[in-house]
Amino acid sequence: MLQALHKTGLVFFPAFDWAIDPTHPEREERLLYTQDQVTEEGVFDISGIIEYKPELVTNQDIRRAHFCVPDEKTVTTQSHLISAGGAKAIADAVLNKEVKNGFALVRPPGHHSMRISHGGRGFCHINMEAIMVEYIRSQYGIKKIAVIDTDCHHGDGTNDIFWHDPDVLFISLHQDGRTLYPGSGFPDELGGPNAKGSNLNIPLPPGTSTEGYLYVIRNCVLPILKEFQPDLIVNSAGQDNHYTDPLTNMNFSAQGYAKLTSLLKPDIAVLEGGYSIEGALPYVNLGIILAMAGLDYSGVVEPDYNPERLKQSVSITDKIKKTTDLINSYWNQRDKLRQRAGSVGDLQVRHREIFYDTDNIFERQKEKVRVCRDCGGCFEIDSTATPGPHILAVHIPINACKSCIEAGYRFFDQADKSKFDKVFLQDRTKDTYEIK
Amino acid sequence: MIIGIDVGGTHTDAVLLRNNGIEKRIKVPTDSADLFNTILSGFTQLLDNIDPKEIERVVISTTLTTNAIVQQDMDPVGMIVSAGPGIDPEVFRTGEHYYCVAGSINHRGREKAPVNTMEIEDIAKKLKKAGIEYVGVVGKFCVRNPSHEILIKRMINKHFKKVFLGYQVSGNLNFPRRIATTHLNTAVFSLHKSFFEAVKQSLEEMGLTAPIQILKADGGTMTLESSMSFPGQTVLSGPAASIMGAIPYAPANQDAIVLDIGGTTTDISFLVDKAPLLEPVGIKRGQYKSLIRSLRTDSKGVGGDSVIRVIDKELVIGPDRHGPAMAFGGPDPTPTDALFVLGLMNEGDQKNAQKGIGKIAQKLNLTDKEAADQIFKKCCSIILKKAFEMIDKLNAQPVYTVHEFLEGYKISPRKILLLGRPAPYFAKKIKELYHIETDVVPEFSVANAIGAALARTTCEVSLYADTEQGIVTAHEEDFAESISKTYSDDDLIETAYTLLKEKAISSGADPDDLDEVEVVEFQKFNIVRNFSPRGKIFRTKAQLKPGLIKGFEKVLQ
Repeated sequence: MLQALHKTGLVFFPAFDWAIDPTHPEREERLLYTQDQVTEEGVFDISGIIEYKPELVTNQDIRRAHFCVPDEKTVTTQSHLISAGGAKAIADAVLNKEVKNGFALVRPPGHHSMRISHGGRGFCHINMEAIMVEYIRSQYGIKKIAVIDTDCHHGDGTNDIFWHDPDVLFISLHQDGRTLYPGSGFPDELGGPNAKGSNLNIPLPPGTSTEGYLYVIRNCVLPILKEFQPDLIVNSAGQDNHYTDPLTNMNFSAQGYAKLTSLLKPDIAVLEGGYSIEGALPYVNLGIILAMAGLDYSGVVEPDYNPERLKQSVSITDKIKKTTDLINSYWNQRDKLRQRAGSVGDLQVRHREIFYDTDNIFERQKEKVRVCRDCGGCFEIDSTATPGPHILAVHIPINACKSCIEAGYRFFDQADKSKFDKVFLQDRTKDTYEIK
Repeated sequence: MIIGIDVGGTHTDAVLLRNNGIEKRIKVPTDSADLFNTILSGFTQLLDNIDPKEIERVVISTTLTTNAIVQQDMDPVGMIVSAGPGIDPEVFRTGEHYYCVAGSINHRGREKAPVNTMEIEDIAKKLKKAGIEYVGVVGKFCVRNPSHEILIKRMINKHFKKVFLGYQVSGNLNFPRRIATTHLNTAVFSLHKSFFEAVKQSLEEMGLTAPIQILKADGGTMTLESSMSFPGQTVLSGPAASIMGAIPYAPANQDAIVLDIGGTTTDISFLVDKAPLLEPVGIKRGQYKSLIRSLRTDSKGVGGDSVIRVIDKELVIGPDRHGPAMAFGGPDPTPTDALFVLGLMNEGDQKNAQKGIGKIAQKLNLTDKEAADQIFKKCCSIILKKAFEMIDKLNAQPVYTVHEFLEGYKISPRKILLLGRPAPYFAKKIKELYHIETDVVPEFSVANAIGAALARTTCEVSLYADTEQGIVTAHEEDFAESISKTYSDDDLIETAYTLLKEKAISSGADPDDLDEVEVVEFQKFNIVRNFSPRGKIFRTKAQLKPGLIKGFEKVLQ
C-alpha cells in the first residue's frame, strides 16, 4: 500500500467541455491522457493524496490582481473562473495546513495575463497564480512569496503583475525570447525602480536539456530562494519544455520535471502550458505529483525516452553558465540598483505596447510609478486598446506606505473622467476596488 | 414463488415470496464455520410443506468471500503483472507468487514494449513447480488494449486450471485496483466454486431446479454460471440486500438515507429517486480498494449491542461488541439495555439491563433514566453525523467539466428509512431530534432477504471509440469493430445498449427489466494535431440499473 511521505492536495480540472476554438492547441483533449495516466496509476487512492474540488473565483478575487476591461464578465468565461478557483482551493488546503503542498492541474492557463486584461493573450485571460497570491496575502497575511515560472514561455503576465513588488520574488526560466513567444524575458528585465532584482528572467537557449535546467535550479534559483527566504513558494509548472512539445524547442524530460520539483519543493504548483498531450503531459504530471508527495518517481519515464539523444551541446552548457552568472550578479546588486533607479517621490514614466495574440487586440500603456523605498510604490496606467476602451487604472500596493496611499488617491481623484471610458482604483491596503 | 436468502454475520434471514405476499419468513443463527449447513437448514425450513417445483427463482447472498478476505483464508495464487512506465508495480504485490514482467501499453492502447515470451515461460515453470493452480494476469491500460494479457494467457493456459485476465474485471481505469480485484477473483475461485456446486447439488436433491442467482455488491444479481468468472463480486452483498429491501418505501423524485442498525454496526447508504447510489470506482474498505461495482455504503461502529463505557467523564459508544445486551445475558451495558431502562423494550431481563445502565449513570452523576436517554441520543447523533459527513463528501466530489461544475446535483435527503431490530425505537427518536421524516421499513427484520429475493440482474458496459484509429471497442465484452470518421454519439450509444442487453440476458436478466438501462457516463473529444482535427474520441458507460424485478409489487404493500 502506497503512503505519501507528506500530504499532498490535488485539484484536477481538465475542463473537458471547453476550448478556445475547435482546432486550438488549448483544447478539451489537453488533459485527457493525463487523466487516464493518473487514474490508471491509482494516484487518487494513494494514502496522503487528497483530491479537492475547485471553487469559482469571485470578482473580488480577480480585482486584487487585475483590472479587467471593460469588466470581469466580458474578459472571462466560467472555465477561467473555475481554473483560477482550482488554484485558490489548493491555496486554502495548504494554508489551512490540511496538506503540506498541493498541485492544481487546471486549464485554461493564465501566466500571460497582465495586470490590465483587455482579453486573451497567449491562451490566457486571467492570471491564476497572481489571483491566488493576492488572495493568500489578503486572506492569510503572508508577506513574502516566491513565484518560480518554469513554463517554456516567458511568464510575462505574472512578471508584469509583480513588476513593482519587492515582496514577491518572480523568477522565470524560459526559452530565449528571440526564438519564442512572447519575445520578452531578457536578463536585464529586473523590475520597476522599487523592485529591481525581485524580478529575474533567465532565458535558456533552444536545445537546453535536463542537465541545463537543473544547473540553473541548483546554481541560481535555490541560492537566491535561500537568501530571499519566502514564506511560500509557488511554481508555475508549465510543461512545454518537454522534448516532444510541438510549440517549443527544448529537451526537458519527465524525470527532469520530477527532479526539479523535488529540488524546488514548491508549496503550491499550478499547471500552465504544455501541448505534447500524449507523449509528455501524462508522464510529466505523474512525475510532478509523485515528487510533491515525496514518492519514488524513478519509474516515470516516457516510452521513447533516450537521454543520449537529448544531451545538450557544450556551447549550450556554456551559454547557460554565463546567463546564470549574470543573473546572480544582478541579484547581488539589487540594493544598489534600486538606489540608483531614482529618488524618492519621483514619478517614473514607462511606455509599452502589448499585443493580445489570442483575441487580436493592440494595447498602448503609459505607466507612472512613484519611486519609494518603503513600499512597492503606487502607480497609474493609462491604457488604450484597439479595438477597445481607453481607461486609467490606479494601483496602491498591499504594504503601501502613507505617502504612496495618499499619492494613489490623488491619481484617482485628479483623473479627468471625461478623458477616459473608465477610471479604476485598486487599493490593496483596504482590499477595495473602485470604478468611476 | 421466489426465495431470497441473506447469510449475515450473526443471523441468516430467508423468505419465500408469492406475487401477492410473503409466504414464509425464517431466521436461523449463522454458523460461520459451516455456511453450507446454514444455507441448507434455511432452505429445508422454507421448503417444508412446499412443492419445490413451484420455485421459479432463488437468490443467495453470502458472506463466504467476505469471510475469506477477513480471515485471510485464500488460496495462494500466481500473479503476472506488466506495468510499463509509472509507479513501481512491486508496491502492489499480492503475495509470494507475484511477478512483474516486461511489456507496455500506453494510455491510447498502443503497444510501447512487447511481451517477453521467454520470461513468461520461465515464470509459468516456476509457478507450476510451486504447485500453483490458478493465475491472474494484469496489464496496465489493458482495458484499452488487452492483447498482452490474451497472449500471456494463451501461452500459459495449458499449465493451470484457470487463468483470470484483468481486462475482464471492469472497464474502469485503475491498475492497482485491477491487480487487487483480479487477485481476489483468482484466489476465491475454488472456494466459491466448490461451495456453490455443493449448494446447487443439494438443492437439486431437494427437487429445487430453478436457476440460482447470486447477489452482488451493487445490489444486482448474476447467474451462478457467470459468478464463476467474477466470484469477487459477491463480497459485501449483505449491506446491498438491506438497501434493496428499503427501495419500495423510498420516496420518488427525492433523496433518502437508509440506515440498517445491526448488532455491532450501522450501515449507511443513499437512495436517489428510488435508485441506490453506487461507488464511482469500486468497493473500498479501509486499505482494501477494488474495481468491484458496489453500492455506496459505509458503516459506523454503533449498533444495538455496542459496548458502552465512560472515559474521562465522557460517554463512549462502541465500536466493539462483546456479546448480546445485558438484558439478554451479555457482559456489558449496551444501547439495547438503555432501551429497556427507558421502558421501550421489555422482552428480556429488565433487572440486568438496569444494573448495567446504573453503573454508567453513576459515573456520569445522572439518574438511570437520564443516562439511558443520553446513551440513546448519542447513538442517534453518532449515526446521523456519519450520514451527514458522507453527504458532504458526496457533494464535494470533484467533477471534470464546466457543465458538471455548474449543474452539479447536490444530495439533500428529506427522508430516513430504518431497518434492523431496534429500528422502530430509533425512528421515533431520530424524528424527535432531527425533525426529518423517519420511517421504519415494514418487515424490517427480514427486509434484507426480501431485497435479495427481488433484486434484478445488473450489469455495465464501457465503450471506447477512436475515429482517428478507426475502432470502437468494449474489451471487457471481447467486442471490437472498425468504424468510419463519421461515427457519431448516437452510433456509440446504440452499440452500447445492444452490448448491454446481450450481457444482461446472458447474466440472467428478465427480458421485462431490459428497459431499465441508462447511460451513466458520456464524453467526447476532438483529437487535434498541428491545428487540425484528426478525429474524435468517445467514451461511454451504460448500465442496467440496480432495482427490483417486476410483478411482485403487491408483496410490499
